[in-house]
Amino acid sequence: MLAIDGTLFDFKRLDLLAMRESAVHRLDPRAKVLTTLVFIVCVVSFGRYELAAMLPFCLFPIALLALGDLPAGYIARKVLVVIPFAVMVGLFNPLFDRQVILQLGPLGIWGGWLSCLSIVVRALLTAAAAIVLVAVTGFPAICVALEQLGMPRVFAVQLLFLYRYIFVLTDEGGRVARARQLRSCGNKGMGLRHFGPLLGHLLLRTWERAERIHMAMLARGFTGEMHARRRGRFGAGDVLFVLGWSALFVTFRLYNFPQLLGMLLLGS
Amino acid sequence: MHMADALLSPAVGGAMLAATAGTIAWCSSRVPRDLDEYKVPLMGVLGAFVFAAQMINFAIPGTGSSGHIGGGLLLAILLGPHAAFLTIASVLFIQALFFADGGLLALGCNIFNLGFFQTFIAYPLIYRRLAGRQPRQSRLVLAAIVAGVVGLQLAAFAVVLETTASGISALPFKAFVLLMQPIHLAIGVIEGLATAAIIAFVHRARPELVESTLAGRPLGSLPIRGMLAAFALAAVLLGGVVSWFASTQPDGLEWAIAKVTGDTELPAPAHPLHHTLAAIQEKLAIFPGDTGQSGSPAPDNPAGRIDNGLPGLIGGLVTLATAVLTGLLLRSCARRA
Repeated sequence: MLAIDGTLFDFKRLDLLAMRESAVHRLDPRAKVLTTLVFIVCVVSFGRYELAAMLPFCLFPIALLALGDLPAGYIARKVLVVIPFAVMVGLFNPLFDRQVILQLGPLGIWGGWLSCLSIVVRALLTAAAAIVLVAVTGFPAICVALEQLGMPRVFAVQLLFLYRYIFVLTDEGGRVARARQLRSCGNKGMGLRHFGPLLGHLLLRTWERAERIHMAMLARGFTGEMHARRRGRFGAGDVLFVLGWSALFVTFRLYNFPQLLGMLLLGS
Repeated sequence: MHMADALLSPAVGGAMLAATAGTIAWCSSRVPRDLDEYKVPLMGVLGAFVFAAQMINFAIPGTGSSGHIGGGLLLAILLGPHAAFLTIASVLFIQALFFADGGLLALGCNIFNLGFFQTFIAYPLIYRRLAGRQPRQSRLVLAAIVAGVVGLQLAAFAVVLETTASGISALPFKAFVLLMQPIHLAIGVIEGLATAAIIAFVHRARPELVESTLAGRPLGSLPIRGMLAAFALAAVLLGGVVSWFASTQPDGLEWAIAKVTGDTELPAPAHPLHHTLAAIQEKLAIFPGDTGQSGSPAPDNPAGRIDNGLPGLIGGLVTLATAVLTGLLLRSCARRA
């Protein structure tokens, strides 16, 4: 029960972060979306056994986090959630791939462990990029950016609609779930037999809500277009942001900086 | 069930993103033609309903665990395939952004796996055929279960194919299939049962909601030809993009092909682009031939030599520390400004 409320609270908090004021918040949403995509493609294009070479990429989410003045602990918790999933999939690698490919002092490391860790690092980096993107841009702005980049209007309207009603309906769903849980002591009544009518009623209420919304929208002159606040044009700062970070990502992708640094420090 | 960015190669992720974008564009062009405009808010609100419904669990008999619905099949039954595809795509989009479920590059895979198979295969080809126009309760349940199972089996198989083709996970194709299909058989049955439970209730309470889609008002005749065309387009896109990437980035796909065919000897990629890129990479690389560079030896037998990991470890730690310090510095600058 608390879990549901916690999830909802988390969700709303991430949404609210986008309303802060900072240099990164003010950038054109398209610039942030494009840069994030370049980032993700660069990260996932690394080979299976890469580990150290990926680490410089953490600079991007960390820099946005700092410049956007986001709560680091909260974002970190949201990002760390992906670890169990990544480990679950990555854990098969050491089972199938037992060739020693790395020597760490006296320790021989299997290729499988290396690729497993690599999967975890990838998951962390890509999740951090996505969550920081939402936190410094906001969902409606991302939708508008994607529409400007060529996403069909109908789909953009759908996304904005969905986003508006998620908060309403998840609240309602949360109340329904809590009410049932309180009344079904010892789990009686949690089965499928009651699940159908429970969700069925929610569905009918949802449907009626959609009808009311539609009438209200027609009364206010809805013509199939959602209006969102559009920022100005794609300025020089935005271009600089995209190109600068992209150049950095490509450099990080081509040169293994941590390896170089380590060799320098060890004097070898 | 969600594919993750971490398991994808850019080639596979990009190809699936293109296929999904194509399907979204196609559905977006169909929806305004097919639906009365009243369904525009309905799609949005039903998407939010799926979100809410996923928070409500039910006990799975005999296992002690609980499950929730995926929603693809339910949406297809209520809205018809095109609108349902757009709706499930929008739900997955938000999940990827807010909950890091899957990730942005994997979004193409996830929408295709969880949306396309449920709305364009399981619903029109199985559910509608089995349920008929005026379904009785038992037929409705049967149709929903079979459709749920088929949709999820296809989705699970697609996940296996995408993962194997990416070559990040070391799971062999056969073992992965044997792992995924039975699990999703069970999940498919549960999805079907839960969907049937909701639809049966709605059918009793407000039959016209379910029947209008079933009787196939404007959506009635789903053009099989159009669907096949979309399939062909997706296949061509997939083939074209993957093979283009495969020649520039040999590691993942070759490894996958070797795994599937059991044949480790593949002809060297003859694409001139590959040689050019390899040459550039050699030139740029500070340690030519280092395992640190991709495009080097087939991952199945990484060079056959053992590297010293110490510089990487120390360098990596220093890099992380530098990044965090930079962040702290930037933050204090940003706050002062």
